[in-house]
Amino acid sequence: MSSTDGTAPPDPPAGEPSAGEPPARATPAAEAPAKNLDLGPVGHLGDRLFAGLARGSGGLVVLIVAFVGIFLLALAIPALADDKSSFLFSRIWEPGGADPKFGIAALFYTTLISSVIAMVIAVPIAVGVALFTTYYAPKRLAAPVAHAVDLLAAVPSIIYGLWGILFFAPILRPVIDGLADALGWIPLFEKPASEDLGVVFTASVVLAIMILPVVTAISREIFAQTPVTHREGALALGATRWEMIRMAVLPYGRSGVVSASMLGLGRALGETIAVLIILSVPNGNDPWNSSIFAGGETFASKIANNAAEFDSPEKTGAYIAAGLVLFVVTFLVNSAARIIVARSTPGGKRQRRPRPDKALEGATP
Amino acid sequence: MAKRIEVSGLNVYYGDFKAVEDVSMTIEPRSVTAFIGPSGCGKSTYLRTLNRMHEVIPGARVEGKVVLDDQDLYAPGIDPVAVRRVVGMVFQRPNPFPTMSIFDNVASGLRLNGVKDRKKLAEVVEASLKGANLWNEVKDRLDKPGAGLSGGQQQRLCIARAIAVEPEVILMDEPCSALDPISTLAIEDLIEKLKDRFTVVIVTHNMQQAARVSDQTAFFNLAATGKPGRLIEMGPTKQIFSNPNEKATEDYITGRFG
Repeated sequence: MSSTDGTAPPDPPAGEPSAGEPPARATPAAEAPAKNLDLGPVGHLGDRLFAGLARGSGGLVVLIVAFVGIFLLALAIPALADDKSSFLFSRIWEPGGADPKFGIAALFYTTLISSVIAMVIAVPIAVGVALFTTYYAPKRLAAPVAHAVDLLAAVPSIIYGLWGILFFAPILRPVIDGLADALGWIPLFEKPASEDLGVVFTASVVLAIMILPVVTAISREIFAQTPVTHREGALALGATRWEMIRMAVLPYGRSGVVSASMLGLGRALGETIAVLIILSVPNGNDPWNSSIFAGGETFASKIANNAAEFDSPEKTGAYIAAGLVLFVVTFLVNSAARIIVARSTPGGKRQRRPRPDKALEGATP
Repeated sequence: MAKRIEVSGLNVYYGDFKAVEDVSMTIEPRSVTAFIGPSGCGKSTYLRTLNRMHEVIPGARVEGKVVLDDQDLYAPGIDPVAVRRVVGMVFQRPNPFPTMSIFDNVASGLRLNGVKDRKKLAEVVEASLKGANLWNEVKDRLDKPGAGLSGGQQQRLCIARAIAVEPEVILMDEPCSALDPISTLAIEDLIEKLKDRFTVVIVTHNMQQAARVSDQTAFFNLAATGKPGRLIEMGPTKQIFSNPNEKATEDYITGRFG
């Protein structure tokens, strides 16, 4: 704050004459520059206000993140100390009772697999839509399509959940049966024992629809920013539109698409209500099923499903600990996105194709 | 290798605005033709119509004929992509593909044409870089990004990229305007060399450059702002610079243009 105070002195002189009458102001202004130039710091109320606001906002965000982290840690640590099973590798979830046992292995698996599948489905579609609206669609069509995709983001997640389980899941059932028949020998795609509709795969597809808008919007922005010179360079070589996109647009937009995907992944990891409504919770006695065509629970849906159980600090702590893991995973995903983006900025620090060089050396002699 | 271009009655429009009016000229093979004229007179626009690059700009369209050895570039059924493989272009700002290595930049056009053979690619890349007077400077770092070169080297890389696909004609849109005098000299030497194999058309604001590198010079001008640009006169460079037919040309060349 001291530096902003330092900008204060020049203001009063500027304020004083303006309070006086116009002729009175003209005289000192005409005399002053002749004697000595006023080169002191120039600062106005707006500068100080805005600087304070900007600093305050920045600090506030850091504080909030720190407090969330401290809150999670403070509640989770005592519960973790009491845990009688391996927190990271156990699939049991019995946080109540004298011997609390809880582990996140199953939650972790379901959370990650559902989000990754959502990303795998959403990213190619998002890139396709983004390319269509930037380089293929006529202007008249591009804007409505872009708006329609943006509108998907405005649908509340509770609606996605209801739509997903009531309308979409029955439609998806034949697809699941077909996939399970074809790929059932892989544990991931194992044929479901029941005709249950609320399976991980269905949740993934709905998650894919939910993250589509954000991935599309960011990809579209970055594709549209591809410098004209790069695009013309490709076209002037006789590139078709798709070749131009491959040579100029995609390399330029790669880092943007990666960060967009990671943002989408982060959203999918934390999505609660839609997943909660769609996923059927496996019976506690059933053996654990790794198939994406079975039910399951993610971190977020588990916590939301059992919010009524937060009656003792031990139980609450167990769920908070699960929440902490989600927090860390999301944080890691975001960090990974940043690292990838920093590494692959346009201008390419990485050497991508050293092989032709060797071929060339062979050809030189 | 090099072909004659005959343009007749060419008008260029941006939407309803007529940017270039009624240009007719013949560009001889294996020669350098320079387009000079004040900013906004449509010379760059006109240059782009010679390989249909103006079509990248929304709303741009052309009336008239551009004939490349008996083939009208604007005849129905002609694919602009195919035209650009025959008539290459070098731009004002060097624009190597930033994520590609030097090698890949030069090879990119060949790869578009479906050349996959490593040995063939390597041979053409070496020949093209030599053709662009760049080989000695980059032969030890072909796998490094093209964006890491200096501006002048990047522009020569772009020329190597353009000649790698063996076009008939090379269009250059103010290729030296972003370069320092030494790099400019290197490009000018290169243009001199290129005309043995290609038909070269260059737009330039630098009249000494036009005088130094070109065989033919075309002077473009516009009557007033908002009026279309026109070809005022075209002739051997020596004559245009020493004894032009038109008063406007003389005024422009001697700097009395106002």
